[in-house]
Amino acid sequence: MYDAGKIIVGIVVFVVLATSPLWFNALTEATPEAPKLTLPTNGSTECVEATGYMRASHMDLLNQWREQVVRTGQRDYVSSSSGKVFDMSLSRTCMDCHSNKADFCDACHTYMAVSPYCWDCHVEPKGAN
Amino acid sequence: MGALVSLVAVAVLALLAVTAVASDNLRLVFGAVIPGVAFAVFLVGVVARVTRWARAPVPFRIPTTAGQQKSLPWIKNSELDNPSGTLGVVGRMFLEVLFFRSLFRNTKVELITDKEKVNYIGTKYLWAAAMAFHWSMLIVVFRHFRFFVEPVPRVVEIIQSLDGFFQVGVPVIYATSVLLIVSLGYLLLRRLADAKVKYISLPTDYFALYLLLGIAISGFLMRHLEKVDIVNVKAAIAGWASFQLVAPEGVGALYFIHVFLVSVLFVYFPFSKLLHAPGVFLSPTRNLANNNRAKRHVNPWNPPIVGHTYAEWEEEFHDKLVASGFVLDKE
Amino acid sequence: MSEKSPQELIQIDLNPPRKKWMDPSVDFESRRGTWSYPGGVKSIEYMGFANPREWSPTDEDWKLPENWQQIIHDGFKERLGKYRSLRVFMETCVRCGACADKCHFFIGSGDPKNMPVLRSELLRSIYRNDFTLAGKILGAFAGGRKLTLDVLKEWFYYFFQCTECRRCSVYCPYGIDTAEVTMMARELMMLVGVNINWICEPVANCHRTGNHLGIQPHTFKDNIEFLCEELEDDLGITVNPVINKKGAEVLFIIPSADYFADPGTYTFIGYLMLFQQIGLDYTMSAYASEGGNFGLFTSHDTIKKLNYKIYHEAKRLGVKWIIGGECGHMWRVMHQYMDTMNGPTDFLEVPRSPITGTVFENARSTKMVHICEFTADLIRNKKIKLDPSRNDKYRVTFHDSCNPSRALGLFEEPRYILKNVCNNFFEMPENTIREHTFCCAGGAGLGNDENMEMRLRGGLPRGNALKHVRDAHDVNLMSCICAIDRATLPPLAEYWAPGVEISGVHELVANALVMDGETERTKNLRGESLKAETEETTDV
Repeated sequence: MYDAGKIIVGIVVFVVLATSPLWFNALTEATPEAPKLTLPTNGSTECVEATGYMRASHMDLLNQWREQVVRTGQRDYVSSSSGKVFDMSLSRTCMDCHSNKADFCDACHTYMAVSPYCWDCHVEPKGAN
Repeated sequence: MGALVSLVAVAVLALLAVTAVASDNLRLVFGAVIPGVAFAVFLVGVVARVTRWARAPVPFRIPTTAGQQKSLPWIKNSELDNPSGTLGVVGRMFLEVLFFRSLFRNTKVELITDKEKVNYIGTKYLWAAAMAFHWSMLIVVFRHFRFFVEPVPRVVEIIQSLDGFFQVGVPVIYATSVLLIVSLGYLLLRRLADAKVKYISLPTDYFALYLLLGIAISGFLMRHLEKVDIVNVKAAIAGWASFQLVAPEGVGALYFIHVFLVSVLFVYFPFSKLLHAPGVFLSPTRNLANNNRAKRHVNPWNPPIVGHTYAEWEEEFHDKLVASGFVLDKE
Repeated sequence: MSEKSPQELIQIDLNPPRKKWMDPSVDFESRRGTWSYPGGVKSIEYMGFANPREWSPTDEDWKLPENWQQIIHDGFKERLGKYRSLRVFMETCVRCGACADKCHFFIGSGDPKNMPVLRSELLRSIYRNDFTLAGKILGAFAGGRKLTLDVLKEWFYYFFQCTECRRCSVYCPYGIDTAEVTMMARELMMLVGVNINWICEPVANCHRTGNHLGIQPHTFKDNIEFLCEELEDDLGITVNPVINKKGAEVLFIIPSADYFADPGTYTFIGYLMLFQQIGLDYTMSAYASEGGNFGLFTSHDTIKKLNYKIYHEAKRLGVKWIIGGECGHMWRVMHQYMDTMNGPTDFLEVPRSPITGTVFENARSTKMVHICEFTADLIRNKKIKLDPSRNDKYRVTFHDSCNPSRALGLFEEPRYILKNVCNNFFEMPENTIREHTFCCAGGAGLGNDENMEMRLRGGLPRGNALKHVRDAHDVNLMSCICAIDRATLPPLAEYWAPGVEISGVHELVANALVMDGETERTKNLRGESLKAETEETTDV
């Protein structure tokens, strides 16, 4: 007794599951490439910190800002990369440049299936476009 | 000793991965080429192993019966522990594969020598740790889908939000991340602290645990401490899916450690005890119905053996049979 | 009997030593009492097994064939291709340790290599060395060992220290069955002539005479007639045993110990009284005079060879179906191997009780019904009259024998019978009965006298559970449905729980069975008064 049929079904299920991302990507329309971000349209060219740091760790910065502002009321942030002073504010500082949530925040967050709870409290500003 | 050797082995592997940061070529090798090859080895290796098992027949139906058989209609049989047919087997396997039913029965022997008493106490720690580890592992792997597919399926998001239900930390610390590390830690400590388990452990048993711990911890650190640019990671991984080998930008040593240890796990899998994953499906003491007397099981290589026949027996004991008044076939 | 007292013997340390298990060394000389003597030349020659010779495990040189390693390697390879179980069991163990303290031999000896996982590792380490890439490259790191003479000696010691009871398999998350592993290891050892006499001699006897004890047909008949005469003398009950009757409806297969020695003989008489009362048209066979099959402890080929006679005789006698008596490993063979090996049985009919009309659907293909299934059906259908008070001197517990438990799942039938034939029934603690039951420690060919210390050690879990019900409920009789149990449990009970006797289930059935035209019974089958002696003096 070999039960070959059942084992073959099992092997096929295993292979299909293990390679499922390939099938999934092949069957969906969306491109797996990284989203292109819209650069600020207000003429600003530098962020509060270096781009690399912002891409990987902006949530740390925002978290730190939130705690600082809520607990101490201190709103001045000194950039570790440029030494400039910024106002610790998501809506005023960040969104001043990155004014469109959908095009900026959501683009990556959707791509990575991240749903931050910023907007549970903050009101999403009206987009520039 | 074995525990130490394995720890060193995994540490060396991790250090090897760190060298990848040094050059673009190495980044490509460690970040794309090795994972691709490792995955191929895993896929082919597992299929080859299972195929080899499948090529050997199951000559006899030898289920371990852990409950009442199906016999007389008025005796209630225990279909899940002693299946009488396919449905029962499916149920038994379902509970075995997904909920480790056999391990749930575990007991611990207690010898009270001065009272001359032997006790058997139910113990669920191993079961709980095994469940925590395997289910966490499954969910963690499933969560990684977001790096591989676009758009990320809704179900992955649902699992993520359930897993991050407690909303601790930014980014949210998933319950399964913690459970995975804690349960692996328990399994490792148990191996080292329980004298019997320590005695039976091979170096490779520690190796698998260290490897998994290395993967889990490096992943955890990458998410919560030394963050990486995950958008770039996903872009690179998605590239592999269309067979473009690229290593992601904006990632550090942790990323290479994580990915290299996963690659080692992939390669190690088909050549090690990790084969218990497909093996549990093929265990003839679990996946067969206990209906031997109702339905004949066929052995494809049943040897043409004939025993001592009645005629030979009668001939040998002829005189004694006659003297004893037996009626003979041949006078 | 062991020289050590129970209090001494129970001083067991379950903590393993510091020394690693991979270094094989067994000092047979200092461990007398825990191993069995090797197979006798005569039996081995008669069966045509490999390498007949005089040798002893205590010898330095075991007089193996020159190329013994190659023989075992080739035999291993062949079996890996023939048994999926072997391959899967060699590759899937994760050494989680769930089985470690489930073995009666481990509990009773503390010897770490009696942990089922290590017992299997003894074979698995050779598997890794010989047949896996990791084992070949990494050696001991991957758990591989070379097959040396010391390893073989260790195999002999520990694979003949496993009773193939399958208790560990119940707890294994992958269902790894140490019985299967032990069977393979014993087959491999058989190939180079490493075996024990307590399996080789019964096998040779069984092949020649039809039963393990080597009882020849005339003695078979005499024994049975003697037992029947004794019954007539003691209780005034006449039964007419039927032997080798052509055209009978049922062939009745029994373990030979039942018509050979107490207390099995009481059970044997119990069967015959039952058949007499219900008027069953049955026959026993002097040729198929053994249901037990020590081939199970030798090799798969030997199982088939010895089992051959059952269907062969059923066909010759022209019976319709078969009933099997109370025997443990016999039932493992009848249930899990017989039909596959020696079927199909198109010359027999689906078993149907001529008394109740019940069709035994669960035996539709094999055509063999367990006597407990048969009797439970009789009781359920009220076809026999029972007076359970005749067993009132007994306070009864039931020992689930390994094979009917973990290879069939025959739990309720004997209990249903016992509850109908006696008034005082008590279960032993739940982790020691049913699928969790503990072995008598004398199965699988280990029930010999030279192995007595190991039997008593392995018997600790069962003996201790028995002592518990003896102390808690005054239990004085342990019933069981296995002939090896009836032979091995009496010394075990005497050692660990003195005052408890051993019986078969059908002995108690026959005590309670009200037979047509019988005179009032004052004695039970053992010729003892029906009332306990102490009771008579206190009863007013």
